[in-house]
Amino acid sequence: MKEKGWKDIPIGGLILEPGNAKNYKTGSWRTFKPVRDEEKCTHCLLCWIYCPDSSIIVEDGKIKNIDYEHCKGCGICSVQCPVDAIKMVEEVKEE
Amino acid sequence: MDRMIEIRWHGRGGQGAKTAALILAEAALKEGKYVQAFPEYGPERMGAPMQSFTRISEVPIKLHSHITNPSAVVVLDSTLLDMVDVTEGLPEEGIILVNTSRTSPQVREKLNFNRGKVYTVDATSISLSALERNLPNIPMLGALIKATNLLKIETAVISIKEKMGKKFASRIIEGNVEALKRAYEEVKGE
Amino acid sequence: MARVVGLTGDEVAAEAIRQINPDVIAAYPITPQTEIVQRLSQFVADGLISAEMVRVESEHSAMSACVGASASGARAMTATSANGLALMWEIVYIAASLRLPIVMPVVNRALSGPINIHCDHSDSMGARDSGWIQLYSENCQEIYDNLIQAVVIAENKEVLLPVMVTLDGFVLSHAMERVEILEDEEVKNFVGEYKNPHSLLDLNNPVTYGPLDLYDYYFEHKRQQVEAMEKALRVIQGVGKQFAKISGRSYGLIEEYRLEDAELVVIALGSTAGTIKEAVDELREEGVKAGLLKIRCFRPFPGREINEALKKVEAVAILDRSASFGAEGGPVFLEVRSSLFEKTERIPIINYIYGLGGRDIKVEEIKGVYQTLQRIARTKRVEKRVDYLGVRE
Repeated sequence: MKEKGWKDIPIGGLILEPGNAKNYKTGSWRTFKPVRDEEKCTHCLLCWIYCPDSSIIVEDGKIKNIDYEHCKGCGICSVQCPVDAIKMVEEVKEE
Repeated sequence: MDRMIEIRWHGRGGQGAKTAALILAEAALKEGKYVQAFPEYGPERMGAPMQSFTRISEVPIKLHSHITNPSAVVVLDSTLLDMVDVTEGLPEEGIILVNTSRTSPQVREKLNFNRGKVYTVDATSISLSALERNLPNIPMLGALIKATNLLKIETAVISIKEKMGKKFASRIIEGNVEALKRAYEEVKGE
Repeated sequence: MARVVGLTGDEVAAEAIRQINPDVIAAYPITPQTEIVQRLSQFVADGLISAEMVRVESEHSAMSACVGASASGARAMTATSANGLALMWEIVYIAASLRLPIVMPVVNRALSGPINIHCDHSDSMGARDSGWIQLYSENCQEIYDNLIQAVVIAENKEVLLPVMVTLDGFVLSHAMERVEILEDEEVKNFVGEYKNPHSLLDLNNPVTYGPLDLYDYYFEHKRQQVEAMEKALRVIQGVGKQFAKISGRSYGLIEEYRLEDAELVVIALGSTAGTIKEAVDELREEGVKAGLLKIRCFRPFPGREINEALKKVEAVAILDRSASFGAEGGPVFLEVRSSLFEKTERIPIINYIYGLGGRDIKVEEIKGVYQTLQRIARTKRVEKRVDYLGVRE
């Protein structure tokens, strides 16, 4: 992304676009990624509560998937999971 | 009136020297003059010797320095004569007005002051009879107006009523006006 | 129709603020500013203004509350002096950086220590790089006029910067002078209504104030602040002219007093400018071509106007009411001298530090400065670049 000059940005460091942190993809920060075992998961939503990056996507009270564009791979979900349904798996680098 | 008159008030903290300096300026303002009034601020408290100042002018006042050569000096408390050089900076034709039961020749002798004019008035007695308290500032204002002919006594009465009206009961304001007028009548000097 | 009244500098500042009627006042009392806050509290208690008075526990909180209020779309004001300004320092910079048009009287007082409550400019001069516009007042009338204009300057869309209106502690703050007060309605119409285009309380257009701003954008935001200051020069002049329409008193960035044909010029700001005028008048009667250049607006610095005004001058003395320790002179001197550097013909220029901690300055002392200038104009030699006026050896 090309950064803008001083004439083209809001004054005072204001951010006028709400929730634009979403545009900042932090998924590339991961070395390990969480992988959820659908069989074991009880949908207790503890991972959703603990995830610091809102990367556990929930629909109708059930975990749908993980937002890998923003998940930084911190592993908190995996530690918190009471039924050991989330494993941290090393990212495989594409050669 | 000269282009500008400068007055120095000597009093003790609590005697109303600042208020007198302000009321005089407000009254002069009412008569269309330009004015400045300010106290000297330091660590003074009740009873400590202090000074305040009034400038009155026919033209806008640009000066913002202290007053060192006053045209007139008012001493609210005669015990200050032993402590402060109240004649300091007074020019040849300067006026000094002292709250005392003594006569002006006696004050001249005490101050070793042979220039200008010396006026005296017993503002403390006037205040004690009119207000039952020693608040010499307003009677001294009345005496100063007589001695200098700076403005009409009626204008000072209006300013006193305005200034004190918000804070004091009418009995106190009337007492002050009475004291102002009595001192205006009783002041003597040469 | 204007009313003529006798008010002290503090009282007239409070009167201006009453008429401006800000939405929020957050202030903490400090000598010699105390009477401003005291009177404002009284106005609020008496229902004379609708402002929300926030009784904060410190100046740091006062400015913080103003920042919050201003960002929320309120017109916010405070007032302070010396150590109070020092305590709010962190937020003083933030107010300017967030481009919040807060207006604040600063009652100039020596910044300790040893502790002193009297006038010098060490407090506001210390804040000269904080991003605030600074207007200095010569007398009680100017305090009033500057405060009303400050609101319009600060809120101008091209500017959006906070403004300090300074007044000399005690010399003006506690001196009663003749002042012309405008009608409430006239002031109300002149200042108009403050509309923050990015209010924190506008739920339909959410905005973030004060995010982390690192080396990728911080510099650009500072560049914007520089630009706003630059634009303020013209806006301040425009507002000064507009103000003349309702008051009959016109204001510029500088004031030229008998400068037209002046050969010897003193430059100063604040209440001393008045005392210098008195000295100039006396010297003119003696046939000396003396003049005064009063700097009303120190930030942004009116370098071009000063250069223009000093075209035919033979010698200049600059009076500084604060010392810049370790520098080659006081802050006004450094600024003016730097500004005159490009002139093809160099004007001899000297600096006097004076009046620290409230030390009185007299007409005679100022006349002495003009005498020194006369000597310099004659000999073309400056013996002492920086000197001290009124200090005991």
